[in-house]
Amino acid sequence: MAIAAESIGGTPNPNKSFGTILEVRDVVVKFGGIVALDRVSFDVPEGLIVGMIGPNGAGKTTLFNCLSRLYEVDEGDILFDGQSILRNQKHQISQLGIGRTFQNLALFASMSVLDNILVGAHSGSRSDFFSDAVRLPWVLRENRLSHARARDLISTLDLEEVAHIPVAALPFGTQKRVELARALVSRPRLLLLDEPASGLNHKEVDLFASLIRTIRDQNNLSILLVEHHMGLVMKVSDRVVALDFGRKIAEGTPAEVQANDSVIEAYLGTVN
Amino acid sequence: MAVDTIEEKLATRHAQSQLEAKLAFYKRIGLIGLIIFAVALPFLVSDFRTFQFTRVLYISIAVLGLNILSGYNGQFSLGHGAFIALGAYVAAIMMDRWGVPYYLTIIPAGLIGFIFGFLIGLPARRLEGLYLALATFGLALATPQILKKFEIITMGVQGIVVDKPEVPFGLPISQDQWLYFFTLMILLVLFWAARNLLRARTGRAFVAIRDHHMAAESMGVNAGFYKPLAFAIGGAYAGVAGALATITIQFVAPDSFGVFLSITLLVGSVIGGIASIGGAIFGGIAIVFIPNVAEEISKAAPWAIYGVILILFMYAMPSGIMGFINMLWRGYVKRLLTRT
Repeated sequence: MAIAAESIGGTPNPNKSFGTILEVRDVVVKFGGIVALDRVSFDVPEGLIVGMIGPNGAGKTTLFNCLSRLYEVDEGDILFDGQSILRNQKHQISQLGIGRTFQNLALFASMSVLDNILVGAHSGSRSDFFSDAVRLPWVLRENRLSHARARDLISTLDLEEVAHIPVAALPFGTQKRVELARALVSRPRLLLLDEPASGLNHKEVDLFASLIRTIRDQNNLSILLVEHHMGLVMKVSDRVVALDFGRKIAEGTPAEVQANDSVIEAYLGTVN
Repeated sequence: MAVDTIEEKLATRHAQSQLEAKLAFYKRIGLIGLIIFAVALPFLVSDFRTFQFTRVLYISIAVLGLNILSGYNGQFSLGHGAFIALGAYVAAIMMDRWGVPYYLTIIPAGLIGFIFGFLIGLPARRLEGLYLALATFGLALATPQILKKFEIITMGVQGIVVDKPEVPFGLPISQDQWLYFFTLMILLVLFWAARNLLRARTGRAFVAIRDHHMAAESMGVNAGFYKPLAFAIGGAYAGVAGALATITIQFVAPDSFGVFLSITLLVGSVIGGIASIGGAIFGGIAIVFIPNVAEEISKAAPWAIYGVILILFMYAMPSGIMGFINMLWRGYVKRLLTRT
């Protein structure tokens, strides 16, 4: 992986020898007079974990919401697997192979852990209401497959004890794992994680770091990770993109970005 | 979390699955018992009571439709009576005008309810909560007058009278008993279908939209389709209920489908337990029998009694009768768990 990261170098590789799963091209997003994203460009190479850092209000979550088609892009383009996603509607994104988690949890509160994860399988299945209602054999088969995949993730993410409990009753850290399982069950090729470590304690963050890497390796995933927790970003990311006030201020390996003056300035303020 | 040995973990899991199997068995026995009771009921009571229970059955079907729409999908409708009116008139016109046998009107009434429901559901996508309730309330307000206006089709205020179905196959039962069994059969099929639907992909999509609209869409649920679909299914159930109402009462007239019917349905839905399947039966019972009980208590002011009964119900069982039963059931399961 280290070799892969290095050979791609600092600038996007035009030959795409490694394949680029996500290309963000000069994206501009404006809210009224405020420019939330100002010509942001970067790539997520296939199979790598890209961390996105930046102070509050830097535009990280805005960018995520553009990738999920929750926000409209004013200028620029976003390509997934070489195809623009801007003509897709928000419910079509997961079917393309982009899964995500949310910053402040967006689970289905009344549903059990298992059912939450099964909703994640919605885009990968196709049963219609009539076939569901009369239990046609192919629907039952499809349902068994979804259940089997959900069960696998439940055991991978250590959720067996709570599988049938409504998610609203669970601790925050557990709910975060449910969100991860829900995003993974549709077998995405790109996973968007929005602050997965927020609200977790130190021990949980360490566990999470190794979990993310394991998941990536097992599922052949690419991951774009937004995170405030520097330790986690630097530990798990192959590459890091830094944003500040809607602009990309640095990009490179974790070590490069950590040493970058603009990044230090953005986080610590100007040294007088 | 305490670190258990693998043997301990397996042992508790084994005990748990045994308990689950036992509880599932109890539930199944309970359900079979209820069905046997429902089948025996018309032989235990008078024809008039049987007629009342037939009303309970078809109203329960309509309430179930409303539960799917409002309870599971979160779209509140104060106009569900309009779909009952639609189904009732479809059946009445087919039987009276075209001489179609009564049992062939059920599916067309359901289909037309489905289509009409979907069409109403399309603009409803833009309305949330109270606004949707108000818009559908408009539907309930308009229904009787629309029915009166299109006199050529609906016979206006005078209404349509149809024949009472004969008992088929020379069965040794009364016409009222036969109507009860006919309605019961349809109810069982529709409740079975609702249970399947709500436990499957479609039902999960409905609840996901209710619980978190944005997350549901990010998981690939097309809310723009599933929300009108919930309306369509609610409309289909109400349409079937309407056709059964026509067949049971043998008469339709515009004024039986006013605002009060729609509000009553919501009352039944909430008393029974709005996000439940079984609750719809309790809702049907409440809708048919609470006015009777109220009238027996006070002939002078039955609606005052009705109001008091509603307040008491909501106070004692805020999540409806089914919610109350589920609470008792969970308490029982917990006691079993602590004993093992």
